[in-house]
Amino acid sequence: MSDAVIRVEGIGKRYQIGERAQQGALLRDVIAGAFRRNGKRSSRDAIWAVRDVSFEVKQGEVVGLIGRNGAGKSTLLKILARITRPTVGHAELHGRIASLLEVGTGFHAELTGRENVFLSGAILGMSKAEITRKFDAIVAFAEVERFIDTPIKHYSSGMGMRLAFAVAAHLEPEILLVDEVLSVGDARFQKKCLGKMEEVSRGGRTILFVSHSSAAVTRLCSRCVLLNAGRVEQDGPAYEVIGAYLRDLTVTSASRHWDLADAPGDSVVRLRAVRARKVDGTVSDAFDIRHPIGIDVVFDVLQGGHLLAPNVHFFSEQDVNLFITIDSDPEWRYTPRPVGRYTSTVWIPGNFLAEGSVVVRVAITTLANMNIRLDKSDLIAFQVFDSLDGDSARGDYAGHLPGLVRPLLKWSTAYEPERNDASLLNSAVSDEYVQP
Amino acid sequence: MSAANTTNVLAEPPVLRITPPQGWWEVDFHELWQFRELIYFFVWRDIKVRYKQTAIGAAWAILQPALTMIVFSLFFGKLAKMPTEGLPILIFYYSGLLPWMYFANSLSGATAAIVQNQGVITKVYFPRLALPISAVVSGLVDFAIGFLLVVPLMIYYHIRPGVSLLLFPAFLFLAVLMALGAGLWLSAMNALYRDVRYIVPFLVQFWMFASPVAYATSIVPAKYRWIYGLNPMAGVIEGFRWSLTGRGDPPGPMIIVSVLVTLAVFVTGLIYFQKMESTVADVV
Repeated sequence: MSDAVIRVEGIGKRYQIGERAQQGALLRDVIAGAFRRNGKRSSRDAIWAVRDVSFEVKQGEVVGLIGRNGAGKSTLLKILARITRPTVGHAELHGRIASLLEVGTGFHAELTGRENVFLSGAILGMSKAEITRKFDAIVAFAEVERFIDTPIKHYSSGMGMRLAFAVAAHLEPEILLVDEVLSVGDARFQKKCLGKMEEVSRGGRTILFVSHSSAAVTRLCSRCVLLNAGRVEQDGPAYEVIGAYLRDLTVTSASRHWDLADAPGDSVVRLRAVRARKVDGTVSDAFDIRHPIGIDVVFDVLQGGHLLAPNVHFFSEQDVNLFITIDSDPEWRYTPRPVGRYTSTVWIPGNFLAEGSVVVRVAITTLANMNIRLDKSDLIAFQVFDSLDGDSARGDYAGHLPGLVRPLLKWSTAYEPERNDASLLNSAVSDEYVQP
Repeated sequence: MSAANTTNVLAEPPVLRITPPQGWWEVDFHELWQFRELIYFFVWRDIKVRYKQTAIGAAWAILQPALTMIVFSLFFGKLAKMPTEGLPILIFYYSGLLPWMYFANSLSGATAAIVQNQGVITKVYFPRLALPISAVVSGLVDFAIGFLLVVPLMIYYHIRPGVSLLLFPAFLFLAVLMALGAGLWLSAMNALYRDVRYIVPFLVQFWMFASPVAYATSIVPAKYRWIYGLNPMAGVIEGFRWSLTGRGDPPGPMIIVSVLVTLAVFVTGLIYFQKMESTVADVV
């Protein structure tokens, strides 16, 4: 007996074009359509949202399903969650399944928090006895004790979200199918939910997780399945697959090199390789936010006697220039370079870049006369991820954290036990409480 | 404890097979039974929501048929002088209105069930049958409340139910089955074609006039009764009056036709509903 708890074999799902978009057709359209098409549906009107998808998931694995919009991830998840049926193929799932495609499924605004916990819990697949048993834990988890008998239409959106999350977090399935939901919503609380999910996976439970954000997948999953146009394009360790996905998106990888013949540059200098690497020297697509990232710029000087300053430009996914760094190595700053092979390495410290993908552009310039000898965009790309261990700049916050950089900065606190104007004034004057 | 749980479950894990839709009959009553608690919660939600923020709450379940009874008694009974088969006017109309209103409300509720719950349907699996079933079951609660008025009426008019009362649950069951059968058809069609929601109010109105709610079956010529019985609600309402009051004749061959039609509508409704069920999340 194999230990696969999810086995998907040749699953395919075909939609008639327009069928999916039809939000409650009108009979008129159908009748008109029947006349127009003479009642026949040609195969040209069909698209395969998912096609020939096969994979297995072992017990306890946390697998991410990634891909672009329309790659079929959500459709595949809906098939496995039994929300829709496949057109061909079959799948086998061993164990109690819960699907979490939305936060707050089944919530009704008119009902109280208490009533909604029972309703939503039942819809997500808990028995009444199970909900009763977990009720206090759910309410405590959501931190809404005081409002539990208030209709949730009077809740703030944050409270409603917390209660919904709390119900979902207390599901105890053997297989959990999750869509995106965890990458939205309120903060410190989200961390709690991720923690709860980790507990779930440590308990030997299996999770299939769909996401559009490669950062979330890197955080949670050990293995990834990349879908493209409805098919499995790659299936393997998360870093590898996400790397491939990013390459696919930006047409670059974490390492590029050129033969001399087609190397970018001029008669003086040619770029031979650019790569992103860890401290130990291994080239990588993905970097822990806490660790330094090294960028190697390898170039050949073909004609000696020039001052050359390699410079590296970093861009975000949205093509925002994060910063530029120019080689300031004192040894070569004012020294004309003789012919030979050079490898200039610049180190980005840990806890500096924000999560997400970073695209690298490299130029080599003679600064004296601003002679740009070579300048190549979109050379390599890599991913920065936060494993949420609590010692990054995020601290205990697990939600969306905007910003192009994410330095880990030093905070200090001045505290005074008594609050009255006189003491405030005194302390300000005496500087007594301000400690470095 | 959680470890013990896991091993325990692993000993005999439930296996789920996902396949393309197969054949025309996949209705899984065993699974439906496993989801009985969910049906209970849907019923509970329907009732809670129905009377939230109303001043007199569930009293509406009595007021609606009672007020209609008074209007019918005035216009059809006193002014139009329609025959009431020897029954007191109020009892005649109330005993017709009670099953009719149950049927009409349940049918409308079941029709809307899929569309109203599309938010849930597109996000989580459960047997979709649970929705129309809970709609017709939640109607029973209103029915039971409305039934409370029958007792004082019967006492006031000195009507004592006889052994025919034993058949009362059978007629009620027939009404439930008919509401569910027609509701399956209409809710599935409503999911695909929103025209249905405009058709249903008319349908319910016409259907009432085709049923012995405001008049007695006796005005239908005897040789056409079996055709009349093609409308199962005719048999149900006649049977209601008879079983409740013990007056008049028990429904004859008409009720057999009604039962057959109800079964046919119910079974075809199941088939049609289940055909829709496999794709409803894509189209609703």
